[in-house]
Amino acid sequence: MIPQSRHAQIGYGLLAVAVLLTLFKPILPEGLVRLPEWHPIWSAYMDAGFSWLQNDLGLIHVTREIASWIGFLIDAAANLLYGKSRWPRLDAIPWSVIASLAAVLGYYLGGWKLSLLAGGTFTWTAMMGQWKITMETMSVIVIAAPIGFAIGLLLGIWSWKSRRVEAVLRPVLAILQTLPFYTYLLPAVIFFKVGPTAASVATIVYSIPPMILMTAVGLKKVSPEVVEAGKMSGCTRWQMLTRVYIPSARTEILVGLNQVIMLSLAMVVLTAFIGMPGLGAKLLAMMNSFKLGRSFEIGITIVLLAITLDRLSKAWVVKQPEHFEKDTPWWIKHQAWLVAAGICVFFFVLSELIPYFDEVKRKQSFSMGKEIDVAMKTFLAWGPMQAFTYYVRYIFNVWVLIPTENALLYLPTFALIAAVTGLCWLMGGAKPAIIGFTFFLLVAVLGWWDRAMLTLHSTVTATLLAMLIGMPMAIRASRSESASRRMIYICDTAQTFPSFIYLLPAIMLFGITPVTVILSILIYTMVPVVRYTIEGLRGVPAEMTEAADMSGATRSQKLWNVQLPLAMPTIAVGLNQALMFSFFMVIIAAFIGTRDLGQEMQRTMAGTELGKNFTLGFSVVLMALAFDIAINSWAERKRKLLGL
Amino acid sequence: MSNLKKTASAIALGAAMSFSAAMSATAADSSDPIVIPIHNWSSQIVMSHAVGQIFESMGNSVEFVTTDSQAVYESVRLGDVALELEVWEGAFGKSFREALEKGGLHDAGDHDAVTREDWWYPMWTKEACPGLPDWKALNDCAALFKTAESGDKGRYLDGPVDWLKHGKERVEALGMDFVVVNAGSAAALWAEIGAAEKDKRPVVVFNWTPNFAEAVWPGEFVEFPEWEDGCDKDPAKGPNPDALYDCGNPAKGYLKKAAWDGMKDKWPKAYCVLTKLSFTNPQIAEMAKIVDVDEEEAEDAAGIWLEANEGVWKPWVDACAGDA
Repeated sequence: MIPQSRHAQIGYGLLAVAVLLTLFKPILPEGLVRLPEWHPIWSAYMDAGFSWLQNDLGLIHVTREIASWIGFLIDAAANLLYGKSRWPRLDAIPWSVIASLAAVLGYYLGGWKLSLLAGGTFTWTAMMGQWKITMETMSVIVIAAPIGFAIGLLLGIWSWKSRRVEAVLRPVLAILQTLPFYTYLLPAVIFFKVGPTAASVATIVYSIPPMILMTAVGLKKVSPEVVEAGKMSGCTRWQMLTRVYIPSARTEILVGLNQVIMLSLAMVVLTAFIGMPGLGAKLLAMMNSFKLGRSFEIGITIVLLAITLDRLSKAWVVKQPEHFEKDTPWWIKHQAWLVAAGICVFFFVLSELIPYFDEVKRKQSFSMGKEIDVAMKTFLAWGPMQAFTYYVRYIFNVWVLIPTENALLYLPTFALIAAVTGLCWLMGGAKPAIIGFTFFLLVAVLGWWDRAMLTLHSTVTATLLAMLIGMPMAIRASRSESASRRMIYICDTAQTFPSFIYLLPAIMLFGITPVTVILSILIYTMVPVVRYTIEGLRGVPAEMTEAADMSGATRSQKLWNVQLPLAMPTIAVGLNQALMFSFFMVIIAAFIGTRDLGQEMQRTMAGTELGKNFTLGFSVVLMALAFDIAINSWAERKRKLLGL
Repeated sequence: MSNLKKTASAIALGAAMSFSAAMSATAADSSDPIVIPIHNWSSQIVMSHAVGQIFESMGNSVEFVTTDSQAVYESVRLGDVALELEVWEGAFGKSFREALEKGGLHDAGDHDAVTREDWWYPMWTKEACPGLPDWKALNDCAALFKTAESGDKGRYLDGPVDWLKHGKERVEALGMDFVVVNAGSAAALWAEIGAAEKDKRPVVVFNWTPNFAEAVWPGEFVEFPEWEDGCDKDPAKGPNPDALYDCGNPAKGYLKKAAWDGMKDKWPKAYCVLTKLSFTNPQIAEMAKIVDVDEEEAEDAAGIWLEANEGVWKPWVDACAGDA
């Protein structure tokens, strides 16, 4: 173990090297300033690799076979939900039946409030004339989410059983979570056929990592007493798994399911690029004809759906299995089913009699798209608003963002690598430093250095700003229970609102400039910063704050010397998530107009440059993972020091 | 929905009567659905639905799938979708040609419509810079187009990089006082025009026709030195003898249809109609208008258009009923 002072010296030494390399840039050899742009070579290798996988190995036949099964399931769901003419060729279920079933489910899981939310969401969708597109989206999600859940559960169990599997899965999951969505859209299209099947595969891949992790965590936590009890009652291995382990890990597994659902909904708009029908596709079409009002309405629908499914699945986590006394009559045991069946029949009949309950026509809908559109555009073009944003834009772009961007581009490649290595060293020690060094060196070798720097600039700036703005907000809110809850509620909503809807108003206010890019990332990075800061501060043990009060600390002394240090490990987790979110969002910001990796990735969408797409994608993954590892090991160290 | 079904079945009935005799004589189309890709701009969505409904009226089953407009060529090549109705020379020419080289799809003929993509300004800009549409006059007004970030130069907002519009090269070749900024998407362009509309701020952006924007914001293309063949390959062409891209874009670009190679054998009749069909600029604008201005849903809009324009599309179907 290196002593603390020596330890820090090495870190600062590396930073000093970075400064020296920058100062002497004019006389440095070319190789230290920039590596050659090698990316065409790597791209060609990868293209050859993919073509071998696809054609020579015939992987495409396997994947296409799988795609046709998934397609069959999606088509069946589509038939029931919106009457697509596929097996089983029934009529679409009337909206009133689905809405009332949702209400019954809500009541069963969480009482009146949840019932109103669930029923209300589906009623709103129908009334707004969005029923069909919503059902198109749902037809994919009701298939993709359960498949994701099942695969995640199996892989989770497997990685809990076998150390080797866990060792293999861990890096794979880390890569999946940081891979820009553009990078797996293309293979999904090629291997799984453009359309709902590719969309569902991309959704499954994106939503599966937390499910695997949560399952493994839950199973590991099962207490030895429970296991003993199972063994004593002579369970077979299968019984141990299904009767002992899984029920005991129920909460974690259901939290994983909740994550699968939320991440699937988050992909609704992005997968529209590869054939996801419904809400996302409509939203993109509306945006391209500059209809802010109707895209806003679609956004509300997506948020409502997300909140409903989130609350329903969370209520399911909390709800314990019911047990009845012996000899309870069957109609009491199955009350919920009976009510559901009754309501189902009632609304089926009603919708036969009154077509309104079967289908709300576009002309009958309450959509106020046009009015909202006018209101939004008037507000955005409002004089004082424009004047205010002009100054914000001017100050940030001209004095902050453009100079720092240029500075980052000026840095010699190896100066930046030395700086990153030094930072990683200071945060986590030798291991993160070696990883940081290797990963950034690989980014340089991949050959997209300048673009990678622009991506890095946006993500780091957005994360820093999120801390500057988000932490004071969170500190204020954390002082009271109700304010905290309100704040987290706002975070939830902001997070589920599809990012694309922010883009156009942001452009109208700030133009196609770096500020707009940062702003649209910022909305997402604020969420984890605020949430984890609140959680961290509220999690500080009461004895500690009381001790501070007793020794006569002022409020700010208490905050700086007691609460923040103790909350720091939790806040670091939030910070890490913020950084990961911003690596995700920065790629979406390519739709505003950037010059970074995302812009280049957009170019590869034509589908002929799979290799190039992956070199770009891995540049993002490597940078994100380097930070991920460093921050996590820092948080881990802090936690140990604090004895938490 | 039922309205639409009625329209479709009326069309089907009419069409069936006109060529039912011919049907039995020739190889029939496969009963598998013809998959038609739709993208995210109105005219393409309506046109795809219109053609889909024509195919349905001939007894085919049709399905639509939403895809990215660049990635679609890979899907046509693999036969996942059967055709593509709007291949724009400027925007998608490159992807189309690359897919063509790889094989699996082919050119199924041009529409009558011509496309133009170039520097464009909304009408209010002309009040501030009366010499327009001449490009030299635009250059003299460059200061009008300044933004907070562009310094003393004007800002020209170019299309997304993947459309390969060479705005920067043109500015250099013609020595213009403009900074070129690339928007990331079509929607981003609209947002900029929309923001400029209220106080009639002059803007010059990349735009194209036929397009819904013409109906919302009347405007004109900037007239650059006329396109000469080879302007992008031979420096001698165009006013600047030492530079490429010193001309405007071709004022009459093609709008093509593309088909999967297997379509011809699998759905011979539908394929025949695809090669015959051709829309004009006003027809495409009309289709877009039904959705963008009249706020109809795309499938209804297609039905409305087909009903009003039977004289246009019937002959294509009839022509194929005879000799397919």
